[in-house]
Amino acid sequence: MMKDPFGGILLNIAFRMLVPFTLVYAVYVLVLGETSPGGGFQAGVVMGFGIVLARLILGERATIFNIQMKNSLVLAGCGTFIYTLAGWLTLLGGGKFLDYSFMPVHMEPAHEMHALGILMIEIGVTICVMMTILNIMDAVVERSDD
Amino acid sequence: MRGFVITVLALLTGLFCSSVIFLPEIGDPQSAPNQHITPVYISQSEIDTGSPNIVTGTLADYRGFDTMWETTVMYLSGLTAALILSKSTMGRRPEKEDDYE
Repeated sequence: MMKDPFGGILLNIAFRMLVPFTLVYAVYVLVLGETSPGGGFQAGVVMGFGIVLARLILGERATIFNIQMKNSLVLAGCGTFIYTLAGWLTLLGGGKFLDYSFMPVHMEPAHEMHALGILMIEIGVTICVMMTILNIMDAVVERSDD
Repeated sequence: MRGFVITVLALLTGLFCSSVIFLPEIGDPQSAPNQHITPVYISQSEIDTGSPNIVTGTLADYRGFDTMWETTVMYLSGLTAALILSKSTMGRRPEKEDDYE
């Protein structure tokens, strides 16, 4: 957790404008990853950047964004688990591992189920990448606070 | 022990480097991937995966298992970096190394 904010008042106010736009753009990259360039990894990086920026500016006052290190480690594992869960759901639906035609929900036409599976695994990848970035930042900052 | 490890690593590196000459040239239209896999992926990707983006279709659907382990590798690397960098001493080697040789 950062004790002190990052720069002077000018830098803080200039970067404060960027934070909400960065977070919204990350969700855009995640959802539109199927039809346009983008996807889970990129969305995770952009979202992690937004949160890191908010913590740099606000310091200890960034109460929403100050995820503790033990929680972010667990959440990164949860992101990986969501990916694997998509594979287990297709097994439950009667298909092979990660064969999205056999998702347990039924949708017409068949490739809509593929789109659902791809969105699910990309959400998992996004959470994993975002929380990994926060992990590394937490570890570095924790050491420099001594 | 160290000499053995270095020998094995050098041997493996030599094997990998010598196998480069058997790889097909980049952009060779007669190579096996360019004759079967690439045309099928380009023409069938949208029908198979429902995603107009060929990259997403390949990454998440045709190569889903690969991407799963990629995510796992990223998680493990983040975990390792956090464990090395954090100041928590749990599982650390003690400062006085009397117990070790």
